Amino acid sequence: MKSKAARTRGDLLLEMRGLRIEGQSSDAWQEIVHGVDLTLRRGEVLGLIGESGAGKSTIGIAGMGFARPGCRITGGSIVFDGIDLRKASAETLRRLRGSRIAYVAQSAAAAFNPAHRLIDQYAETAVLHGISSRGAAERDGRALFKRLRLPDPDRIGERYPHQVSGGQLQRAMVAMAMACRPDLIVFDEPTTALDVTTQIEVLAAIQSVVREFHTAAIYISHDLAVVAQMADRIMVLRHGNLVEEGTASRLIEAPQQDYTRRLLAVRGHRKDEAAPTVDAPVLEIRGVSASYGGGVKVLEDVSIKVGRGRTVAVVGESGSGKSTTARVITGLLPPLAGEVLFNGEVLPPACGKRSRDQLRHIQMIYQMPDVALNPRQRIRDIIGRPLTFYLGMTGKTRDTRVRELLHLIELDPDEYIDRFPGELSGGQKQRICIARALAAEPEVIICDEVTSALDQLVAEEILKLLQRLQNELGVTYLFITHDLATVKAIADEIVVMLRGRVVQQGGRQEVLTPPNHPYTDLLLSSVPEMQVGWLEALLADRAARKARGEAVMESADQ
Amino acid sequence: MSKIVKMVAQRLALGLLTLFTVSLIIFLGVQLLPGDLAQAILGQSATPETVAAFRRELGLDLPAYVRYFDWLGGMLQGDFGHSLANKREISELIGQRLLNTLFLAGVAAAIAVPLALILGIMAALYRNTLFDRAINVATLTSISFPEFFVAYILIMLLAIKMRWLPGISNISGEIDLAERLYRVVLPALTLTLVVVAHMMRMTRAAIINLLASPYIEMAMLKGVPRWRIITHHALPNALSPIINVVVINLAYLVVGVVVVEVVFVYPGLGQLLVDSVSKRDMPVVQASALIFAATYILLNLTADLLSILSNPRLLHPR
Repeated sequence: MKSKAARTRGDLLLEMRGLRIEGQSSDAWQEIVHGVDLTLRRGEVLGLIGESGAGKSTIGIAGMGFARPGCRITGGSIVFDGIDLRKASAETLRRLRGSRIAYVAQSAAAAFNPAHRLIDQYAETAVLHGISSRGAAERDGRALFKRLRLPDPDRIGERYPHQVSGGQLQRAMVAMAMACRPDLIVFDEPTTALDVTTQIEVLAAIQSVVREFHTAAIYISHDLAVVAQMADRIMVLRHGNLVEEGTASRLIEAPQQDYTRRLLAVRGHRKDEAAPTVDAPVLEIRGVSASYGGGVKVLEDVSIKVGRGRTVAVVGESGSGKSTTARVITGLLPPLAGEVLFNGEVLPPACGKRSRDQLRHIQMIYQMPDVALNPRQRIRDIIGRPLTFYLGMTGKTRDTRVRELLHLIELDPDEYIDRFPGELSGGQKQRICIARALAAEPEVIICDEVTSALDQLVAEEILKLLQRLQNELGVTYLFITHDLATVKAIADEIVVMLRGRVVQQGGRQEVLTPPNHPYTDLLLSSVPEMQVGWLEALLADRAARKARGEAVMESADQ
Repeated sequence: MSKIVKMVAQRLALGLLTLFTVSLIIFLGVQLLPGDLAQAILGQSATPETVAAFRRELGLDLPAYVRYFDWLGGMLQGDFGHSLANKREISELIGQRLLNTLFLAGVAAAIAVPLALILGIMAALYRNTLFDRAINVATLTSISFPEFFVAYILIMLLAIKMRWLPGISNISGEIDLAERLYRVVLPALTLTLVVVAHMMRMTRAAIINLLASPYIEMAMLKGVPRWRIITHHALPNALSPIINVVVINLAYLVVGVVVVEVVFVYPGLGQLLVDSVSKRDMPVVQASALIFAATYILLNLTADLLSILSNPRLLHPR
């Protein structure tokens, strides 16, 4: 290990001046980062925040002197600890990477090599860079695994990536990045793919090792509340430009720019809770159990009632059975037991056995608008098909109706009706999916994580649109999501699911106000708040309650 | 682990079923061949009575299904029957020939497989460079020529002009291994030129296909050298398609060598098959065809098993 006595916290570590990066889009190079300056001192954590396309990840990775295929650094300087990375040889860069600058990727499941054991991948860096022997590296790895609170730290390294859960893998990757005790780690959305409850564990792990080893970090995220927990200083980026820069607390308490204010206000949207209806529920599932291919039960005795014109949110971690519930309701997965009722009438279990009208009344909107739309069909045909299929509309009537629907979702018919999905942005595609669902004139729309693939500001607009449509058309939503901020914003009622069972069900106020089922409280308390120091306070509180001997529920993905 | 045992058992059972089906197809196919052995042996001048008597003697007058089950039953007991042409035991007739064919295939594989893998890996490592293009053009050229053409070119250059190697690969009689190897170099080289392109291009493609994976980017950002990224991070995940192509080519080395054996007058199974077809010696044709089929099935089974073993998800379940 190199002596770090001469280097003190606060020295300049990484400096970028006028960084320009170009990206290749259909044969032409376009500038995607337009002259950004960045300064990072030793031991400092710098947050980069922005929507997708803001260039935050590209800039972060440029800090390692690296540009992804299809990108190239065209201007400016990148100086790391006195070394000009733009002029450095490939060999110099290779020696820096992994040993002095390390990287933590968004999806550990994809970034670990499926063919090798975790400990082999951990030890590779230290051995390759000649920092320690294989045996010493393995011992160090086990110590770090323990330090990061991985279960069974002495043996977890013997496993292959597919044998370890997502949250554990992400922590193992943090350990791998620390292997050579680098001066700088680039964290590229390290918790975006995780559930809120798991996110806390990973954030706590990152925070503790970064502080212990005085590692400087660039923390990239689209979630300001998360960045506020991790970073000393934050840079807000948009379209490859710096919008605003400041200490975390200054940025949150006194944002200077309008764009930053909008990012801060993202979680402010609230719906007035509708009065409970006394009518019979429009949709009800009773005692449903289901499994895929007769294996382990994914749903166990699930009963949910959905009142007419209301929004019922189903929340839970991945694997809790939320999406399976949707598959049972739509008839894609006939249940092992239990029944689905629509307006008091029992629906046939399989969608193939349902009448066209029964199908028409329950429509779906999916998580990924990119893959939910046929890329070879024009918008006219995508929205027009359900009109023909369910309502028998053709020719001019159909065309007029498509235009009305486009108006309804706030897209200009003349401009969009003849476009292909590839010519739309993510938010616009999701609007088209909404229009397609509305075309069938359904009573119930099942929204399966409809905002989780979208940027926060775009998601916000989609939620507002859904709310307006409900007010105007009286449509009922079953809203499946893992994002509690969304739930707080739009739900009338909340169903909390855990491992295929419903643990709590009730009105929004009731469920959101603790004390509740311990799992509900765990979920709620895990949602990051826009407040510096929230993570420490939460961890301290949980530790204190544990110390007092109170039962503290922990994430399933420990 | 039990999952793997189950998969292996399934593959084995399927292999046997395939072999049975193939035996049926071979038998029916041979029945459809024009001409009659008795007539061929006795010649045009034989009277119908002698031909009929000879047919009876050989058992050719029995119904086809009886002959099929007789043949299959014999095969199952390891009795391949007798050649109709010279009455010799077929197992004895085929035995040495099969060993010769396997020897040639083995030598060719020992040259071709490592060469193809190394060239493929290097082409992936130096992709889109002059080296990559040169390798691609060279291997494609060699695969595009018919094998007899490649064989004659090699004979002309190495045997006639340079006089380095024998143009005829006669390995009958008592000769030691070194001499044997020396005599099969030319046919082995011909086969190598024919099979290398396919394997090399698949190796290159399978590796390059993986280079956009996040775990390869991770390896780059860990400062792993380029050659190690290819061999240690990409290759293990690319094994499955590579194994399959290698095995198809190995099977070709055993089964598809007929032309090369004829050109080099090499006493292999392919030669025997061609001779027997022209002599209407059906039991030998059937036995040779079945051995070829079994080789194919066995090698493909091996490919399946190796693919399974190269997949950590199957080898190490959760």
